[in-house]
Amino acid sequence: MERLLQQVVNGISLGSIYALIALGYTMVYGIIKLINFAHCDVYMIGAYVGYFCMSYFRLGLLPSLLIAMVVCMLLGVAIEKIAYRPLRNAARITVLITAIGVSLFLEYGTMFFVKAETRTYPPLTGWLARIFRIGNVVISMQQIVLVGITVILMVLLQFIVKKTKTGKAMRAVSIDQDAAELMGINVDTTISFTFALGSALAGAAGVLVGIYYNSINPLMGMVPGIKAFIAAVFGGIGIIPGAMIGGYFIGMVEVFVSGYGNSMFRDAVVYAILILILIVKPAGLLGKNVREKV
Amino acid sequence: MAILKIDKLSKSFGGLMAVSNVSMSLEPGELVGLIGPNGAGKTTVFNLLTGIYVPSSGTITLYRDGREIKLQGKKPHNICKNGIARTFQNIRLFRDLTVIDNVRIAMHKNVGYGFLSGIFRLPSYHKEEKMLTEKCMELLNIFKLDHKKDEYARNLPYGEQRHLEIARALATDPILLLLDEPAAGMNPAETSQLTELICWIREKFNLTILLIEHDMSLVMKICERIYVLDYGMAIAEGTPDEIRSDRRVIEAYLGEAANDV
Amino acid sequence: MGRLNEHPAIKKAIALVLSYVIVQMLISTNIISDYLQVTLATICINIILAVSLNLITGITGQFSLGHAGFMSIGAYMCALIVLRMPTIPGFLLGVFAGAAAAALVGCVVGLPTLRLRGDYLAIATLGMAEIIRVIFLNLEITNGAAGLSGIPKFVNWFWLFVFTAGTILVISNFIRSSHGRACISVREDEIAADAMGINTTKYKVMAFTFGAFCAGIAGALYATSFYFIEPGLFGFMKSIDVLVIVVLGGLGSISGSVLAAVLLAVISTLLQSFPEIRMVLYALLLIIIMLFRPQGLMGSKEISLNVFGKLGDLFASRKRRV
Repeated sequence: MERLLQQVVNGISLGSIYALIALGYTMVYGIIKLINFAHCDVYMIGAYVGYFCMSYFRLGLLPSLLIAMVVCMLLGVAIEKIAYRPLRNAARITVLITAIGVSLFLEYGTMFFVKAETRTYPPLTGWLARIFRIGNVVISMQQIVLVGITVILMVLLQFIVKKTKTGKAMRAVSIDQDAAELMGINVDTTISFTFALGSALAGAAGVLVGIYYNSINPLMGMVPGIKAFIAAVFGGIGIIPGAMIGGYFIGMVEVFVSGYGNSMFRDAVVYAILILILIVKPAGLLGKNVREKV
Repeated sequence: MAILKIDKLSKSFGGLMAVSNVSMSLEPGELVGLIGPNGAGKTTVFNLLTGIYVPSSGTITLYRDGREIKLQGKKPHNICKNGIARTFQNIRLFRDLTVIDNVRIAMHKNVGYGFLSGIFRLPSYHKEEKMLTEKCMELLNIFKLDHKKDEYARNLPYGEQRHLEIARALATDPILLLLDEPAAGMNPAETSQLTELICWIREKFNLTILLIEHDMSLVMKICERIYVLDYGMAIAEGTPDEIRSDRRVIEAYLGEAANDV
Repeated sequence: MGRLNEHPAIKKAIALVLSYVIVQMLISTNIISDYLQVTLATICINIILAVSLNLITGITGQFSLGHAGFMSIGAYMCALIVLRMPTIPGFLLGVFAGAAAAALVGCVVGLPTLRLRGDYLAIATLGMAEIIRVIFLNLEITNGAAGLSGIPKFVNWFWLFVFTAGTILVISNFIRSSHGRACISVREDEIAADAMGINTTKYKVMAFTFGAFCAGIAGALYATSFYFIEPGLFGFMKSIDVLVIVVLGGLGSISGSVLAAVLLAVISTLLQSFPEIRMVLYALLLIIIMLFRPQGLMGSKEISLNVFGKLGDLFASRKRRV
């Protein structure tokens, strides 16, 4: 029983990471129907920025987090402007390949500058290093911080999307770009804003992962990226609450398969979930099937 | 003996009844019109007939060669194989292919060589391809598109694109042809030309034709019978004269000036 | 020369024999060194992969990101057979068994997933390839992460030529047959194709299976050229590599895929001495090409052998005038 609870705690922690990354995928797909392959590398850059802030500049957790989020925000907006905007009306496969190119560029560019070895985040001190025990269940302060920050960010995101004018613009553009433009919405700015939000969340996830798992490397984005994307698809790609639900679901599945089953097959199970959902309900848990009008 | 019978056909999307209890029947060789305001469900009926939508209820029966063939629930390509061809309201040509390739593809289902023959270029391939090209050219000749056979479909002027769509539909060797607003966007001269063409192909290819159209000059001139839809329901059926003077049709669609047409 | 225009088959045959003989001579006289022979093998294998992926993605419009998965099935199947039967018949059995196994998986995977649209299909194929990789990573018979080594080498220029030229020929013949046209119509407008009597699912699965078959051949050739295979060789990056070749050459252009495969191998070799910068430049190249020439080298056109015919006409007409 306590083992189960421990897995749940771990699952929620991992799920938070996936949820944060998945949100970026889902928002970008929702608004321009692009699978942003470079998104997981923005997450990786966030982790590195956090690393440099905390190691070299000796900044605390919160400042590092904020700086990483801002840097990633700018990076995401830059990528959109340089690589995706010119291809707004091009064939889907063209943009997808460009996204893959950007992803490779970020990965190997980072490798070129900071070398490929794994770096370790400096260990947390003080109140951040505390550990709580409830019976045999261990909950670290890191996990609480992780989940706490994730929840705060998700609440903020929901607020922005539901209650602000920009959020409304985002929703409008994702439903019908041309109509939104005709209604006076600046589509370019709205799309940039979407990228900014998603990338900021990814940056936060990067720093949080650095704190939680400690080690980072230039290729760290690939596998979590795919899983976060699967999470977004599971919840319903393009639907924000779906990404949150999907993230926690995949996090739980992974932890439970690892814990109770064979950790070798852990990844395969997640991919199998992907195939399953695409066959059974491609629109995802919260999605609706939109038919092409003939 | 009818060629097509639609019995109490209905289709709902979510809560919306796009087509509601529509019954129609077509005799072989007839030229029948389907008219009604926009959103009345006319194209939906076509989509149900050609298998793009599955009916919520009701039956569609095709009668050919003495057999009764139930069409509801069949896939579009199977329905085409049974002899129903169509054109689309918004032209759906294969834009990046040449004119002749557009027609050649429509003949694929009747092609006489197999996959391996195509790969290894066996004699049947060469023989069949030659025949195919000849048949395509005959068809293109009728629609005066033969001199443009190697032109990309997307480069054709609008009127010729509509003609090509009809040619392509005919290439599938149908017994029933569904035309969805073939005169849309055409000027009076083109429309009059199209009107003659439709009558002519009906004769030459022994077709039954069901036609959706908003242009009353075309409809009233060549249709032998007309069905009228409004809000998914059939509100009238009869000859052009009967429809012209039908109260309900005038209110829903034609307007008072209809008697001048 | 003008008469040759009427017999495209003869022109093709001459071109084929010439290219075989020329390269063979270059090899025998060691102008193409052992090192270059490795590059040659890589090019040929990549050509087979690119041309078969082009069939699936460029011709039939089905976006597949899992081509390396099919390659790995062919590689492992062939390796396992050839390790037990290290003879030429064993090699041939291995190649065809590998291709058949890949085709079978392609068919089985294709049937449920090919009704997905664009991006969804891409991720599904990606997931499929990853599942295959994880399976190979965990099976005892494939030796897991350590891979299979000591695979006897059977592939020489003759076999490379036969399989590469064969694949190119068969696939281009397919494309220019009625079945190929049916596949193209699926790419152009599925709904219209269905309405014209084409069973779009059947042709999607056909293209997918055929493409997987050829990828299996490529995998088998890889295994019997390079002595060693392990699951990591056939991951997402390999699928991307092949996709880049296809897009660079032009989606829908077979000759484009051939050209691009050669070109990229040349660029890769040139950048050999700068490993860190190499990938960065590769990535930049990708982005720049997509931004400025997304249709790739050839668009969807082909190089036709008519080029030689036209040259011949030039001579012929001159003669006639005199």
